[in-house]
Amino acid sequence: MENKSRRSFVKKLGVSVGAAGLVGGSSLLSSCNQVETASGDTIKLLTSSGELVEVSKAQLKPADMPSLSENQKRGRQGLPNRKFVMVIDLSKCRNARECMKGCQNHHQLRPEQHHINVLQMQDAEHTAPYYMPKPCQHCDNPPCTKVCPVNATFKREDGIVLIDNERCIGCRFCIAACPYSARVFNWFEPRDAEKYEGVTYNIEANVPQKKGTISKCLFSADRLRDGKLPTCVSSCPNGVYWFGDQNEDAVTNGTTHETTSFSKLIKDNAAYTLMEELGTKPRVYYLPPKDRAFPFQGEIEDHHS
Amino acid sequence: MMEKTKSPEESRKLLDKITFDLTRSIVKRDELTHFWYFILVMFAAVGLWGWGIQIRDGLGVTGMRDYVSWGMYIANFVFFVAVSLIGFLISSSLQLLKISWSKPISRVAEQIAIAAVALAGIIIVMDMGRPDRFLNVFLHGRFASPIIWDVTVVTTYLTISVLLYYIPLIPDLALLRDRGGDDIPKWKMQVYKILSLGWKGNDKQYKLVAHSMRVLMILILPVGLSIHTVTSWLFAATLRSGWDTTIFGPYFVAGAFVAGAAAVVILMYAYRVRYRLGDYFEELHFDYMGKLLVFVCLVYLYFNINEFWVPAYKMKTAEGIHLRTLFTGSYAPMFWSAQMLGLILPILLMLFPFFRKPLPLTIISVFVLIASWLKRYIIVVPTLEHPFLPVQNVPDYFKHYSPTSIEIMITIFSFMAALLIITVLAKMFPVITIWEYAEEKGIDKEILAEPKK
Repeated sequence: MENKSRRSFVKKLGVSVGAAGLVGGSSLLSSCNQVETASGDTIKLLTSSGELVEVSKAQLKPADMPSLSENQKRGRQGLPNRKFVMVIDLSKCRNARECMKGCQNHHQLRPEQHHINVLQMQDAEHTAPYYMPKPCQHCDNPPCTKVCPVNATFKREDGIVLIDNERCIGCRFCIAACPYSARVFNWFEPRDAEKYEGVTYNIEANVPQKKGTISKCLFSADRLRDGKLPTCVSSCPNGVYWFGDQNEDAVTNGTTHETTSFSKLIKDNAAYTLMEELGTKPRVYYLPPKDRAFPFQGEIEDHHS
Repeated sequence: MMEKTKSPEESRKLLDKITFDLTRSIVKRDELTHFWYFILVMFAAVGLWGWGIQIRDGLGVTGMRDYVSWGMYIANFVFFVAVSLIGFLISSSLQLLKISWSKPISRVAEQIAIAAVALAGIIIVMDMGRPDRFLNVFLHGRFASPIIWDVTVVTTYLTISVLLYYIPLIPDLALLRDRGGDDIPKWKMQVYKILSLGWKGNDKQYKLVAHSMRVLMILILPVGLSIHTVTSWLFAATLRSGWDTTIFGPYFVAGAFVAGAAAVVILMYAYRVRYRLGDYFEELHFDYMGKLLVFVCLVYLYFNINEFWVPAYKMKTAEGIHLRTLFTGSYAPMFWSAQMLGLILPILLMLFPFFRKPLPLTIISVFVLIASWLKRYIIVVPTLEHPFLPVQNVPDYFKHYSPTSIEIMITIFSFMAALLIITVLAKMFPVITIWEYAEEKGIDKEILAEPKK
């Protein structure tokens, strides 16, 4: 595998347009702890890592907060000249589930709601079991967006399939249409609903979540706009995920930050896509679970319990 | 067969009797009527209250979750669309083919069509996560989605069905306006006066009625076929095993005729007994309806064999899992009772004339109708319980669907509301077209237009 030395895909993404109404970073968190005691006049803010923090109003400086309509507009357009692609190396996955945790925090999901779900797989009766993280496949021929009656879920030019919960009517046809079971529904008030009250809706993170609407993996489109890797990719401790731009033919590993050629990576490792026979043309590629770095520890469940 | 023209005196006498018999439903106001209304309204109200809870707390109050995300509501929706298709069969297809025995049944079929298609529309709104955004369907409608096709054809079908009900009703309303007995409440007479649109009963008007009816009967053919075909595509347009099949359109349409014909038999029997209309819904009508039911059941059986036998012969992995749940798994009792009690046994029994007599046929029809509902349920739910990828890392109740009390309440609401529509129609307007019936009996149109002595 050829490594183009840290040719930072991440930097190239960094055309950060106003940081999606989010205030950045952990420095803010530490500073506000001191202020809070001085004045009770605080305000809730959502950081780009998906944490909700309280800051004193006195500390606030006007940032360029995009309005809802601006968010919606640019969210539907996507990032120009990009074709996002993900490669999941099944030989590395040891079911650490850091991706699932990070994702649920980022997207305000309840414990049973998964934008990404690490499945225990066994392809045939006597074959070896393995762990398979399963995000939305961001298909190029998406069965879900086809059936949406109101264009609430749609495919962007940069390859990401998004969901607009300001428009979704909750008919759940897209859930029925998705063969990858990638979509979840807000059957109740979403997790921490009260904390997110008044936060401007960001279509690229689908946050705040809304009762009675659909949610799904978005490749952390809000982070991509800031030039960051998706949450699941960055949270993986085992180097499972590669993420990048097919136009550039470059993918970066979320754990090692190593950047390599996408086409070479999938060629050398005989990558495949999930259920390609369905013609959905996924943008997520899997590297086969051979020479697994960790033994399978779970008990294999019946696939169709 | 049209009978010979009668003398004016005879005609007047006969018309008085027909009018008297066919307004019995309108006049009748006894304890049972009140009790029936009370039951319907009370259960419907309880269901609406359940919907209120669902709106407040979210669709999580149902048994549906991320895997089985469609449940009883969608089964009800498909059932109602199915039942409504009988209007298309009886009051259009059979009339266009000039099958005269079905004439007195047309209005019964139309009542069922209107009530069922209206409730199909309502139940689908009750299934939505955000019913408040219903208008988005019109504001942001995407024509690539089968849901938009469904909304289009279902509303068109409802409109044509209402017209098919209303237009032949106009001469009847005028007749009641002019000849109605004193026992008809004043406010109903007022309604007849307004709705009869100043009908005079001249040849030109009758021609207009005949012409518009013909146009509507032809128009409803493609629309009727579409409603159930498009409804089947809501499933067939997905990639899931059990739904991913090409015969769903005709399979659903055939099944719809079975459900609808059974519903018509039950309603005919109810009117026959309750409003003493034995001379109108005769044994002959039940006999023919029985034969019709056998015929549509056979067609449906043929589609069932295709739908289940062909994949069962191959047992492809995912299809096999689905079929095993139906044949021998958790849905086997429901599946086999629907097939046996709702299809095979009725076919065999109805081959004997005895079982085509009013009461036995009605009992069979009740079984057929219940089985039709079960069939819709097992079309919707089991497929969703078995997606392609394993269901993991979710609570156990995500894996199997069973309806909650809220869903049952709302389902009861939908049935009660449908019966309420039918009851109101029967209490407001004659259940058989008086003028058509009189014409069949050889009564001259001029007599119909005569005012009351």
